[in-house]
Amino acid sequence: MAKAMDEIKWQELEIGAVVTEPGNAAEYKTGSWRSERPVVQKEQCIKCGVCWLFCPDMCIIRAVEGHFTANLNYCKGCGICARECPVGCITMISEEG
Amino acid sequence: MDKYSVFSARLVEQTEYMASGHRACQGCAEVLALRLVLKALGRDTIVAMSTGCMEIISSPLPLTSWNIPWIHNAFENSSAVVSGCESGMKAMMRKGKLAPKKINFVAMGGDGATADIGMGPLSGALERGHDMIYVCYDNEAYMNTGIQRSSSTPYGASTTTSPAGKASIGQQTRKKNMPQIAVAHNVPYVATACPSFPFDLMEKVKRAAEIPGPAYLHILSVCPTGWRIPPDEAIRYGRLAVDTCMFPLYEVVDGKYRLTYRPNPVLPLKEYLSGQGRYRHLTEKDHEKIESMMKSDYEKIVKLSDEV
Amino acid sequence: MGSGRKGVEVSIAMADAVAQADVDVIAAYPITPQTHIVEHLADIVADGELDAEFVPVDSEHSAMSVCCGSAAVGARTFTSTSSQGLALMSEIFFITAAMRLPVVMALANRSLSSPLSIWNDHSDVMMVRDAGWIHIFIENGQEAYDAIFNSFRIAEDPDVMLPVAVNMDGFILTHMIEPVEYVDNELVKKYIPEFKMKNALHPDCPISMGCFGMPEIYTETQMNREVGVVNSYPVIIKAWEEWGQLTGRHYHPVETYLSDDAEYCIVTMGSFGETAMEVADMLREEGEKVGVVKIRLWRPFPLDEFRKAVLGKKGLIVIDRAISFGGPGGPVASEVRSALYNKKGAPVVVNYVAGLAGRDVSRKDFRNIILEGKKKAESGDTEGFTLYGVRG
Repeated sequence: MAKAMDEIKWQELEIGAVVTEPGNAAEYKTGSWRSERPVVQKEQCIKCGVCWLFCPDMCIIRAVEGHFTANLNYCKGCGICARECPVGCITMISEEG
Repeated sequence: MDKYSVFSARLVEQTEYMASGHRACQGCAEVLALRLVLKALGRDTIVAMSTGCMEIISSPLPLTSWNIPWIHNAFENSSAVVSGCESGMKAMMRKGKLAPKKINFVAMGGDGATADIGMGPLSGALERGHDMIYVCYDNEAYMNTGIQRSSSTPYGASTTTSPAGKASIGQQTRKKNMPQIAVAHNVPYVATACPSFPFDLMEKVKRAAEIPGPAYLHILSVCPTGWRIPPDEAIRYGRLAVDTCMFPLYEVVDGKYRLTYRPNPVLPLKEYLSGQGRYRHLTEKDHEKIESMMKSDYEKIVKLSDEV
Repeated sequence: MGSGRKGVEVSIAMADAVAQADVDVIAAYPITPQTHIVEHLADIVADGELDAEFVPVDSEHSAMSVCCGSAAVGARTFTSTSSQGLALMSEIFFITAAMRLPVVMALANRSLSSPLSIWNDHSDVMMVRDAGWIHIFIENGQEAYDAIFNSFRIAEDPDVMLPVAVNMDGFILTHMIEPVEYVDNELVKKYIPEFKMKNALHPDCPISMGCFGMPEIYTETQMNREVGVVNSYPVIIKAWEEWGQLTGRHYHPVETYLSDDAEYCIVTMGSFGETAMEVADMLREEGEKVGVVKIRLWRPFPLDEFRKAVLGKKGLIVIDRAISFGGPGGPVASEVRSALYNKKGAPVVVNYVAGLAGRDVSRKDFRNIILEGKKKAESGDTEGFTLYGVRG
């Protein structure tokens, strides 16, 4: 777990401020940016994976049952998955109330 | 979406070489393009990246979205930096200082980094013949600094430094044709792509990686923020750009052109232009002018492709 | 190449040293008066005597960018430039140091435009004084040759990891034929171990280099750099000491000549040092208690050694080869004044700027400068600087 940027001491930086922990940005949860979230109608989902393929935030995961769902820790609510789903099984729901 | 490939999505490489938690805007098709490029390249890749959106969103110290070795140095020099990586490793492998391995050396930049400030270094790298791939993510303006025009901004688009007004249509110049400039370097592989056509894109990336020598990929990357469209429309607008022939998908292998996708039917250009905020000010007459420019550009590519 | 004493052009000797250091990548762009160095390296590579990639880049900006990429994968990397070339690459010159990439550069010092001039002064290097590189100044062919080995050794030290510039006066040094004692390759191998970079780009080492820094962390990155440069000092000393043991040629951050009992000392950097020593000899015969203090290590600045060499003297006559327009004096004088401020026994400092764009500064000129400078020191006329020999 990387320290927060305002807690790091200069001695703790690698030479050249190289980051040695690949992909540690996953610690930063972009889900809080969201105003709408995708909701999947599981029974309609044809498990094609189009939503997964087009997600710019790599937040679509395949559930055990085979359908796809968004990891809300990262989903920014762009709505691409809902727009591109070939069977229209994803709807964007407002986060407010 | 490519028509036949609805279920093919599940055959795509599952590994993500970009981690979630990056700070791209909602619906950013540029980071999607980047994600797909990396999937096609695989882990044995070194990326040198120009300053720009993709650099900023992926590397706020002490965090990185990169799961592969990555270097950012400056705005205009990713092609030169990657030349150095390739040369250094080539020499060290030859001298037995490093175990031999096939590595993809990839430079990446936006359209400003490619067509404007980094043009000289890119030209130098292509001419020197390094075994590298240059990927231009073209979102048609300097989006990172707030939507300023670049030489890759299309005619008529309103940006913060080419604003439409009573005395101006917006961008008054025509989009610089980077793929053609790359072709003029006699490099073995040049291609255009768009993440709205993910299989076409990944196919081209793989070909670029397989072919020894320099390759140039020009990827239209829809920017909802800069184009002023809703974020969920990012994929659709990429498709419209291609289906209206505004952005033809083609490749040039050893100088031979091939359209990799021919829209059928070709959609009216209006469908592409009218929904975008950056073109909102355009009149019917302006649309016609843009259409005639577009047609002449497209016909040139068709002709070159038909010659084969 | 073979060891032993040779009569050779200084640029050639330097290129030979680079080849003996077994570099992996050389990236350079033609610019006078640096060209002979890279031309000779291109020859050595073309003849198969050095297995390296010679990257003939499209600009100096790309030269330094290629060097960054090459050093980032852990390859031993060399470049060379001058003047406008340095100015063009300056953006990346700073980044190289910030990213701690141990590139070695031969910097054939030359004046900056305009007017265009290909001749020597120090205006180019002073432009990048604060870039975070290690800067060594040399004054003859032997030092040029030796400095290449010292520089790779220092740059690639895991505790240093900083680029090093070997500064030498363009033409005055680069194009001179001088006797140079070559070392054998075995000695070089022993002195510079194979470069093994801790965090080099490689698919097995998926690191991120050159990440961006928000205000919350930028200051810490700069402190890390500052400490890195300061801490390179003992490594530099050790590298020179070992070189001395191996070759009998000893180098120090500050070198003095006849300074022990001197009342006045000339302070110089680079090839002026040799003339200054001759003139000191002359003036000694005339009864003037004059000595010479030469700054070999410009960054990190050797504060303690410098003070040790000059505290207690009556005055220093600092000869700069660059102007800081509108500033308090030449760059070396400003540094010297700052190093001595509020120090007990600090000598007064008189500053001359001389030898711009290769204008000859003869022994006679040196003598004038010293005697006139001494008078200025005695009369308290120590503000600013004097542009020596300017007409009008």
